[in-house]
Amino acid sequence: MELDIVALSRFQFALTALYHFLFVPLTLGLSTLLAIMETTYVMTGRQIWRQMTKFWGTLFGINFVLGVATGIVMEFQFGMNWSYYSYYVGDIFGAPLAMEGLMAFFLEATFVGLFFFGWDKLSKVGHLVATWCVALGSNFSALWILIANGWMQNPVGSALNPQTMRMEITSFFDVVFNPVAQAKFVHTVSAGYVCASVFVLGISAWYLLKGRHIELAKRSMTVAASFGLASSLSVVVLGDESGYLSTEHQKMKLAAIEAMWETEPAPAAFTAFGFPDQEARETHYAVHIPWVMGLIGTRSLTTEIPGISELEKMAEQRIRSGIEAYDALANIRAAGLQQQTIAPEAQDTFAELGHELGYALLLKRYVDDPREATDEQIAKAAADTIPHVPTLFWSFRIMVGLGMFFILLTATFFWLSARRRLDRYPLLLKLCVLAIPLPWVAAELGWVVAEFGRQPWVIEGVLPTAVAVSSLGAETVLLTILGFAALYTVLIVIEMTLMIRAIREGPSDDDDPEAPIISNAVVPAAE
Amino acid sequence: MILHELLDYDTLRIIWWLLLGILLLGFAVTDGFDLGVGTLLPFVARTDVERRIVINTIGPIWEGNQVWLILGGGAIFAAWPPLYAVSFSGFYLAMFAILMALILRPVGFKYRSKRESARWRNNWDRALFIGGFVPSLIFGVAVGNVLQGVPFRFADDMRIFYEGSFFGLLNPFALACGLLSLAMFVMHGAAWLVLKTNGEIAERARRFGATAALAVILLFALAGLWVSFGMDGYVLVGPAVTDGPANPLLKDAAPQAGAWLANYALHPWTVIAPILGFAGAAASWLLLRSRREVIPLLFSKLSIIGIISTVGLSMFPFILPSSIDPRSSLTVWDASSSHMTLFIMLVGTGIFLPLIVAYTAWVYRVLWGKVDEESVSDKNKHAY
Repeated sequence: MELDIVALSRFQFALTALYHFLFVPLTLGLSTLLAIMETTYVMTGRQIWRQMTKFWGTLFGINFVLGVATGIVMEFQFGMNWSYYSYYVGDIFGAPLAMEGLMAFFLEATFVGLFFFGWDKLSKVGHLVATWCVALGSNFSALWILIANGWMQNPVGSALNPQTMRMEITSFFDVVFNPVAQAKFVHTVSAGYVCASVFVLGISAWYLLKGRHIELAKRSMTVAASFGLASSLSVVVLGDESGYLSTEHQKMKLAAIEAMWETEPAPAAFTAFGFPDQEARETHYAVHIPWVMGLIGTRSLTTEIPGISELEKMAEQRIRSGIEAYDALANIRAAGLQQQTIAPEAQDTFAELGHELGYALLLKRYVDDPREATDEQIAKAAADTIPHVPTLFWSFRIMVGLGMFFILLTATFFWLSARRRLDRYPLLLKLCVLAIPLPWVAAELGWVVAEFGRQPWVIEGVLPTAVAVSSLGAETVLLTILGFAALYTVLIVIEMTLMIRAIREGPSDDDDPEAPIISNAVVPAAE
Repeated sequence: MILHELLDYDTLRIIWWLLLGILLLGFAVTDGFDLGVGTLLPFVARTDVERRIVINTIGPIWEGNQVWLILGGGAIFAAWPPLYAVSFSGFYLAMFAILMALILRPVGFKYRSKRESARWRNNWDRALFIGGFVPSLIFGVAVGNVLQGVPFRFADDMRIFYEGSFFGLLNPFALACGLLSLAMFVMHGAAWLVLKTNGEIAERARRFGATAALAVILLFALAGLWVSFGMDGYVLVGPAVTDGPANPLLKDAAPQAGAWLANYALHPWTVIAPILGFAGAAASWLLLRSRREVIPLLFSKLSIIGIISTVGLSMFPFILPSSIDPRSSLTVWDASSSHMTLFIMLVGTGIFLPLIVAYTAWVYRVLWGKVDEESVSDKNKHAY
C-alpha cells in the first residue's frame, strides 16, 4: 500500500490530540475541585480539608505534567505537519493560541509550582490564591483553545485576502464571541468537571469499600457529587446548544450524526438506534422517535432539516460556484503580480462567490487546477463532503448515553450524601469504581464527533484537510508517528502505575492530627 | 474596527520584531538556566541527595519558565504565520527531536522521586539530561541554519516546499552555533546553581560554569569571524516596501558577502549587542571563579541577551532567508500577519506581559533562598 501523507498526518494528529485529551479534562476539573476544597479549608480551618487538597493535589500533579508535556506537541504540530494550514489561517487561528499563552499558561504554570512547593512558604490565603490561579489558568486555556477550535467549525470574522493568499481577520470580536466557540467552551469544561467528579467519586468509593480513609472519602464524595451533578447537567444542556448551532453551521455533520439520508418532512424523527449503511444509504433496523430530531435541531415544528443526499447536491452546486470564484481569484492575483488594473468582472465574481472558494479546493485531490475538473470529479468531490456516518452515529449515541448515566450517578450520590448514607450500598460504590474510565470514553468520543465529523474540512467550508498538509515525505511522518507512539506508550504505563500507587498509599496523615476528632462530630460514624 | 490604524503597519511590524526578540530572550534567560541545569545534572551532582537538591533548585519554576517557549511558538504563529509555517515544517525532524526531549523534562521532574529504586532514578536523570542537552544544542543549530539561509521556496499558491534534509542541518557552522548555545545555557545553569546551592555542588558548578563561559567567548568569536568572512548574508534588491501586503513573493532578494555586517556600519550603536555578549561572558567567567553568588547570574543573562540580539540585529530586516529562492525569504516587511491582528495581539501583550512579569517576580521572591539537604528531605514530600 502506498503511504498517503494526508492520512498519515491526520493519524498523527488524532493520535497526539486524543492522547493529550486523556490528561486535559482531569486537569480542568481537578484544579477546580482543589480550589473548592482548599477554600473550604481556609474558611473552616479544618485540617481534613487541607489533607484532601494535598491528597487530590498529588494525583493532580501526576496527571498535570503529562498534559503539559503533550500540549507542547499540539502547539508545534500545526506548523510541523500542517504548514499550508498555518500559512492560510495563521492570521486568525494563531491569535487565540498566543492569547492562551499570555492569559492562561503563564498563570497556570507559574502558580502550579507554588501549589506544590508553597505550603510552608505562603500564608493560608496566599496559598489559596495560588490554587485558584491554577484553576483559573486551566479554564482560561480551555476558553482560548476552544475559540480557536470554534473558528475551525464556524469561520466567522474573516475573509480571504487575494494579495497574501490567506484568510485574514475582519472582526476579532466575532471570532471571540463566536456562538459555536462559547457553546463548545462551556460544554468542554463541564465535561472536564464531570471527569474529575467521577474520578474523585470512584476513588473515594474504593476507599469506602476498603474501609480506609473514611472521613476523607465521604467529604470528597459530597463535593464531587454536587459539583458533578451541576456539571453533568451543564454538559448535556450545552451539548444540546452545540447540536442546535450545528443545524445552522454544520448541516452535514448533523445529518451524519443522525444518519438522516434523505430530507424528511418537519418535524423530523430522531433515530435512537440502528445500523447506518454508508454504501446503501439507509439505516437498518432503525428505531425512530417521532418529532424529537426536529425539536432538538431547529427548536420548531415546521423547519426542515436537510438530509445527506440533499446536502450532497448542494455541495455539488457550491463546488461549481467555487470554481468560478477560483477563476476570478486567479485573474485578480495575476493582475496584482503584473501591477495591472484588476478586471471589474473578476472582482465582482469574487465578491459574490469568494466564500465558496473552499469548495473548489476540494477538487485539488483529483486535479491540480479545479477549473479543469470533469463532472465526474466534481461528483466525487461532492461525495467527499459526507463524513463516515456509522462512526459519527455511534460515537454520538455512546457519548450522549454516558452523559445521561453521569447525571444519574452523580444525582444518586448527591442524594445519598444528603441523607448521610454514602456507605450503605456497596453495589452502588462498586458501580462508582467501575465508572472511573467512562468520562474519558465520553470525552474522546466527543472529540471524534466534533473533529472527525468536520471532515473533509479542516476549516469548515474554507480549507479542505487534504490541502492543508505540509509537503513532507510520507516516511518522515511515519517515523515520527512511531516515535510518538513508543514514547507515549511508555509514559502512559508509567503514569498509570504511579497513579495507582499513590491511590493505594492514600493520603499522608502526618499533617492532620486533629482530623478524626473533628470529623466524628460532624459525620456520624458509619462503621 | 478601525482602531488598529492608530499605529502604522510598518511600526507594528517593527514592534512585533522587537517583541519576537523579547519573547525569545525571555525564554533564553529563564528556561535557559533550566536547560543548563538539566545538562549539568549528572556532572555537578553525584549522590541521590545532591541530585535532588539540583532538581529542586528549579523544581517550582521550570514550568512557568517553559511557557516562554510555548508563548514564543504561539506568538510566532499569530504575528509571523509564514515564519511559523516554514520553520516548523522545514526543521521537521529537528523539531521532533526537541519535542521528544521536552516531553521527558516535565515527566522527569515530577516522577523521578516518586520511587526509591536507584535504577528508576538513574533513568530519569538520563531523561533530564537529554531534556536539557538536546534542545540546548538544537536551538543553536537551527539559528546557525537560519543565518546561512534555509532551502525553502513558496509556490504561486503560497504552498511551502522545503528541499533540504535533516542531515543537511548538521553542517559545521550550524554545529558551531549549536555548541555556542549549549555553552551559553550551561554557563547560565551553572550560575543559577551557584546562587541556589552550597558546598560541593556549588563548587563543581563554578568550575563547569567558568569553562562554559570561556567556551562562549571562543565560540561566539569563531561564529562572528565565520559570518564576517566565511559566508554570505542576504540583501533586499530594490527599495523596501515596508507597509505592503504580507506576501514574500512581492519583493526580491539576493545573497551577498558580508551583508550580515551591514547594519553595524549603518547604525553603529548596534555593536553594543556583540560587546555585551563578550563582556557578559567574560564577567561571568571572572565572577564564577571568585566567591560571588548573585552577580554571575546577572552577567550570564546579559551575555545571552547580547548574543541573541546580535543575531537579530545582523539579519534585520531578514527573519528567515531562503538559500534556494532568495525571493521567498521572509523579512520583517513581508512575513507578518495582517495589520489588525498585529494590533490586537499588541493590545493583548501590552495588558498581560507586564502582569506576567509582575507575578513571576513575586513567585521568585517567595522561593528565594538556598536549596539544601534539609529542604529536600522535608517530611511532607513537597519536594521532587
